Amino acid sequence: MNKSVYDSPDNTSVSSRHILTVLVDNEPGVLARVIGMFSGRGYNIESLNVAEVSNDEHLSRITIVTEGTSEVVSQIEKQLLRIVPVHSVSNLDEEGSSVEAEVGLINIDLNEANKKKVYEVCDFYRARKIENENNSVIFEIAGASERINRFIKEMNQITKIEIVRSGPVAISTHKNTEEE
Amino acid sequence: MNQEMTGAEIVLQSLVDQGVEVVFGYPGGAVLPIYDTLFKQNSIKHILVRQEGGAIHAAEGYARSTGKVGVVLVTSGPGATNVVTGLTDAMMDSIPIVCITGQVPQHLIGSDAFQECDTTGITRPCTKHNYLVKDPNKLSPVFHEAFTIAQDGRPGPVLIDIPKDVQFANGTYTKKENIIIPPHRLFEPEIFKNDQKIDEVVNLISKAKKPIFYIGGGCINSGPKASELVSQLVEMTGAPATMTLMGLGVLGSSHPNSLGMLGMHGMYEANMAMHDCDVMINIGARFDDRVTGRLDAFSPNSKKIHIDIDESNINKIIKVDVPVVGDVTSVLKSVVKVWKDNNLKTNQSDLKLWWDKINNWKKIDCLHFTNNEKEIKPQYAIQRLYELTKDKKTFITTEVGQHQMWAAQYYKFEKPNRWLTSGGLGTMGYGFPAAIGAQVANPDALVIDVAGDASILMNIQEMSTAVQYRLPVKIFILNNEYMGMVRQWQELLHGGRYSESYTDSLPDFVKLAESYKAVGLRAKEPEELDDVINEMISTDKTVIADIWVSKEENCFPMIQSGSAHNEMVLSKDQKQDKLSAEKGKILV
Repeated sequence: MNKSVYDSPDNTSVSSRHILTVLVDNEPGVLARVIGMFSGRGYNIESLNVAEVSNDEHLSRITIVTEGTSEVVSQIEKQLLRIVPVHSVSNLDEEGSSVEAEVGLINIDLNEANKKKVYEVCDFYRARKIENENNSVIFEIAGASERINRFIKEMNQITKIEIVRSGPVAISTHKNTEEE
Repeated sequence: MNQEMTGAEIVLQSLVDQGVEVVFGYPGGAVLPIYDTLFKQNSIKHILVRQEGGAIHAAEGYARSTGKVGVVLVTSGPGATNVVTGLTDAMMDSIPIVCITGQVPQHLIGSDAFQECDTTGITRPCTKHNYLVKDPNKLSPVFHEAFTIAQDGRPGPVLIDIPKDVQFANGTYTKKENIIIPPHRLFEPEIFKNDQKIDEVVNLISKAKKPIFYIGGGCINSGPKASELVSQLVEMTGAPATMTLMGLGVLGSSHPNSLGMLGMHGMYEANMAMHDCDVMINIGARFDDRVTGRLDAFSPNSKKIHIDIDESNINKIIKVDVPVVGDVTSVLKSVVKVWKDNNLKTNQSDLKLWWDKINNWKKIDCLHFTNNEKEIKPQYAIQRLYELTKDKKTFITTEVGQHQMWAAQYYKFEKPNRWLTSGGLGTMGYGFPAAIGAQVANPDALVIDVAGDASILMNIQEMSTAVQYRLPVKIFILNNEYMGMVRQWQELLHGGRYSESYTDSLPDFVKLAESYKAVGLRAKEPEELDDVINEMISTDKTVIADIWVSKEENCFPMIQSGSAHNEMVLSKDQKQDKLSAEKGKILV
């Protein structure tokens, strides 16, 4: 069960990672409503991503990675549906087949000593160099979060890096994904 | 068809279009244009409260006693922050409210202007939905949507924040009929396919040997028809029924199948029956911690049916076997129909055994108290209040604490919407303004706020409101000079150390009433009680009846925090077992 003043007798299920994708009206405050629900009720957000997906219908898609037991995640889904501008909520892990991707940008401290090694790793992970005016060395890597984790780990062993990550977005592989 | 007018006029026109008759409010800089428009019209009555917190509780009282939406109008900044408690209260108890707040002009938003606050930010978690309206053309669509959302599905408060410049600006008014609300923004019953579920419900009930109905406030929110259907179902099945604090009045107290209230201060027989039942039918209740007691011992051997309009209540606290998401009235209509169509019956001999057991529990007489000739027992005061008011159209509101529980236990409710109390949030100061709201809605009724000496002081300023509008609200104070429930918990759990729960320097409530040009009465001894109550009832003015009751009386029976339904404590002499007490101490 979720939580109450009292300990629940059957809190035995295991906690796992879930990706929720939430279709919302793109109106002021909608993100605050979603985030506020998580913090107010004590749920976790591992990462959150939001962007408009339909300009003419003013729809945005919020992708949230959370951690919890299936009971907690089911409660999160129901609480999300209570929010007025929320159209639909899907739990992608539950639906089984989905594809997720994340983007990372990495600023690398490059010198003659580590250059060869850095490019090897980047090649292996298909990280793409992004040209910029200041000639700093910035790579873009896209793919599953786990793959980006491994890339960062290897890169950390070679040199100092600075990193920003988008957090994953995900989509169901079922053909008819239109919830509306 | 659509008309051009100022934002403030659109606000008023929207209210008129929504059938609003009364607004509870308090003016201020950021709502002056709306108040100016209010001045120029006659269709909406405004009740001026003395603090915004009073306005929203009054609107709650209005809403609960009528089933209509309560409307509040307050200014920006402190006006808005003062309604936060009431919004949260309405959110917890599912009361339909539309609250209009003024906001500083748009060009000042974010500048820390005078009386500016982030109203929509502050109220987001304590409203069903809220709006900041930046365009006068959007005002009427927002208003019509807000009224729909407030009443739709599980009702609740909706707030509309309107910058002052939007109130002045011209815009187009769109009529209610011309507004289309996208279905995803509302409760969508059609997404829940309940037909099969209804069969399961009916099947489970018909096979039950020890069924019990557990009835909540959802049955009141669903409208008077729901209460009729509940009675019908209870009679058809012959099963016992118990009600939550919010559900009192759904099934009349005098109904032979009623076991009264359940929960922390509920009836012994109700809690025991919940614990021992084999099929529990929860209709419009949410397994609140005040009802369930310790979860690992909550009704361990029953199949549970849960009918609720809010899907998030299903499996939130207690895992149920048959969830049915929908409005109580429509679900019960189907249940009754299927029951009748299939000519179903409960097994009478099983049921007889079950009732025998229940009747044995009843013999405990859990509400027994020892009366006293010298002191007025608070329980006795409520009993007398009930006896002397039961033949009138009476509304009872309460504050929060011991007096609230005694009122719930000893006053008998026969109809829905007559009992107005702050259940979920437990807001001291709720009862008096709520009584004002109920009296405004029901001018001919007898409206009594059963109060404690501490709670009543939380919104005592509303005396001025009651007197101004000649509202003959009665305040019935069970005065023990303590925050009684706090004192009781300190006695039971904190070694009798009454830390800050004694109120020194209480006002003389009789003189206080008189200073507001109301009537003050006092009863110090049991023999004075009936006369005071009768005089209170017959006085056509606002009355404070100051009833001096036993100071250290405890509210029993009680499931102490950390205990289970079958571990009720019936009196002071009975002690909670040590382990439960230690665990219970840290709970609320």
